[in-house]
Amino acid sequence: MKAKTLFDKIWDDHVVYSIEDGPDILYIDQHYIHEVTSPQAFNGLEERGIPVFRPSRTLATADHNIPTKDQHLPIKDELSRLQVEKLTENCRKHNIRLFGLNHPDNGIVHVIGPELGFTKPGMTIVCGDSHTSTHGAFGTIAFGIGTSEVEMVLASQCLLQTKPMTMRITVNGDLNKGVTSKDIIMYIIAKLSSGGATGYFVEYCGNTIEKLSMEARMTICNMSIEMGARGGLIAPDNITFEYLKEHSKKVKQSDWESTVQQWKNLKSDAGVKFKREISITASEIKPMITFGTNPGMAIPVDGFIPGSGEMDDKGGDASFIKSLDYMGFKPGEQISGHTVDYVFLGSCTNGRIEDFRAFASIVKGRQKAPGITALLVPGSKKVEEQVKKEGLLKILNNAGFELRQPGCSSCLAMNEDKIPAGKYAVSTSNRNFEGRQGPGARTLLASPLTAAAAAITGKITNPVELMNN
Amino acid sequence: MSKEKFIILESTCIPLPVENVDTDQIIPARFLTATTRQGFGENLFRDWRYLKDGISVNNTFILNNPSFSGKILVTGKNFGCGSSREHAVWAIYDYGFRVVISSFFADIFMNNAINNGLLPVRIPEQNLQNLIHLVQKDPQTNVRVNLEAQTLEIPATGEIIGFEINRFKKECLINGFNDIDYLINARNKIVEYEAKKGLTA
Ligand code: SF4
Repeated sequence: MKAKTLFDKIWDDHVVYSIEDGPDILYIDQHYIHEVTSPQAFNGLEERGIPVFRPSRTLATADHNIPTKDQHLPIKDELSRLQVEKLTENCRKHNIRLFGLNHPDNGIVHVIGPELGFTKPGMTIVCGDSHTSTHGAFGTIAFGIGTSEVEMVLASQCLLQTKPMTMRITVNGDLNKGVTSKDIIMYIIAKLSSGGATGYFVEYCGNTIEKLSMEARMTICNMSIEMGARGGLIAPDNITFEYLKEHSKKVKQSDWESTVQQWKNLKSDAGVKFKREISITASEIKPMITFGTNPGMAIPVDGFIPGSGEMDDKGGDASFIKSLDYMGFKPGEQISGHTVDYVFLGSCTNGRIEDFRAFASIVKGRQKAPGITALLVPGSKKVEEQVKKEGLLKILNNAGFELRQPGCSSCLAMNEDKIPAGKYAVSTSNRNFEGRQGPGARTLLASPLTAAAAAITGKITNPVELMNN
Repeated sequence: MSKEKFIILESTCIPLPVENVDTDQIIPARFLTATTRQGFGENLFRDWRYLKDGISVNNTFILNNPSFSGKILVTGKNFGCGSSREHAVWAIYDYGFRVVISSFFADIFMNNAINNGLLPVRIPEQNLQNLIHLVQKDPQTNVRVNLEAQTLEIPATGEIIGFEINRFKKECLINGFNDIDYLINARNKIVEYEAKKGLTA
């Protein structure tokens, strides 16, 4: 039999029918929805007068526009409140399970899917949110879709898709001190540029990746989209199975062994050819930070902003200068030491328990810098609970921080958690586009460790400096 | 959304020579709270159309320049990257555009566009740069987009540039079909697949 990539194995297994000279009808095992990109899809079904085809394969949460304070009170912004109400109504009408606001399992869609054991190896998963790629950490084909496609999945549990090309990124070796999986993926994106993987689905391999926890792997797959890739995935292994054993309520204990045996086949065959191969040495990676307005514009925290012309393939000169102007930076200057106003810990990239542990490890026994406003937003209710249970909340409080309630929050600033115009925010989220965190906001993407270092010093700081003592 | 059939379109163009235009620029997140598809055009490129105060018109932005108009947006590479929000396509369409020309598009944007009858036309970088200069110099420059022939014709220079599009998607656009119609009609095959795989409904 012809050698196949993991991606091809899962894809081929989900093809209902291949249209000649056209796309495949791809079956979707798990569909996640949220309040912002679903209402028009439900409207579409209603206009056609058809029901949801397989309601048990869709799960809903409210996360994008909800406040992260006083969640028990009615949402103040009227349009946001209506959107959340609409979701509740649609779920009730169509018999869809909803982990809505104030539900004990509520949280960001890409945090709760794995946490509640719904995301499982070998699945096809979609959601009207580009960071659906997160779920690829479990060896799934997971990708973001638009609202018309949400409607298609609701109507038929399928999508018409053209098979993307496959790329393998191999990372080998030991990581330097202070380097997290966020730095790995930021390094990769900077290397490939923000459009460098367009048209591809990426498999991440190598012994560096194999050693990472599920949380860390999710961070990597999450940001695949930031280099244009449709998604990213990692073959499941014992670390995956351990995580699933703990989180999956749906696999019966008696079936566990045989299920794991099946999952073990989910890997790329030896000798299989990928359309593109990239190989990275882990020791080259340093703690990273972005300086511009797309995630490809990243440098080591202890590095220098490139001069114009040095970044040709990452945006032409005009775009590069426009970007630096927006950020208030000059070509060639050192980035560390720049004043920071806000710190955001959270999002589906870095809002999991490990991220709070990392943040707490730096701030422990120290004090928040006076000029810093910090937004610490857990990715889910479960993460929030765990932060309290492990005593991390105490550490955060003692250092002068408060914890907010779960949601997407400042990642896309649809709620009140906006960064004011002109202010600098070191954020653990995934996008530093103009205005992403509020009109005029200046975002510097980084890991939870680097965010913590900025929160303590009030400046862009290499976290390694705070790790030595 | 009911779609207009698309065959040939001839129009002047609006040039936006910026690369990596992400969907947060096309339609900022704070305008995503609507539950219908209408009215997004008003907020297309909102933060570029208005000055920092959010009220005063930014006269240097191309959409506010009365010399330029048309149904074709000509823009830099990697257009539509970032968020999967289809609202970006709704905003561009609602504003009046029917074609976007670039040297390459982000994947999800491309799918969203075609699903809404907005045609993304991908042409080589050099052709794109030439077209942008041409339009900047003469805002009256007409471009003829022929979907049937898969060509872009520039009568002023006599240039004809071919472009690629998936045959299935092309037929959908020409006939005003939606993927969803196709999928609903394929339900028998889908049910068969579920049975074969032992999937419970
Ligand atoms: S946290 Fe940000 S990226 Fe993640 S789902 Fe929410 S808005 Fe999307």
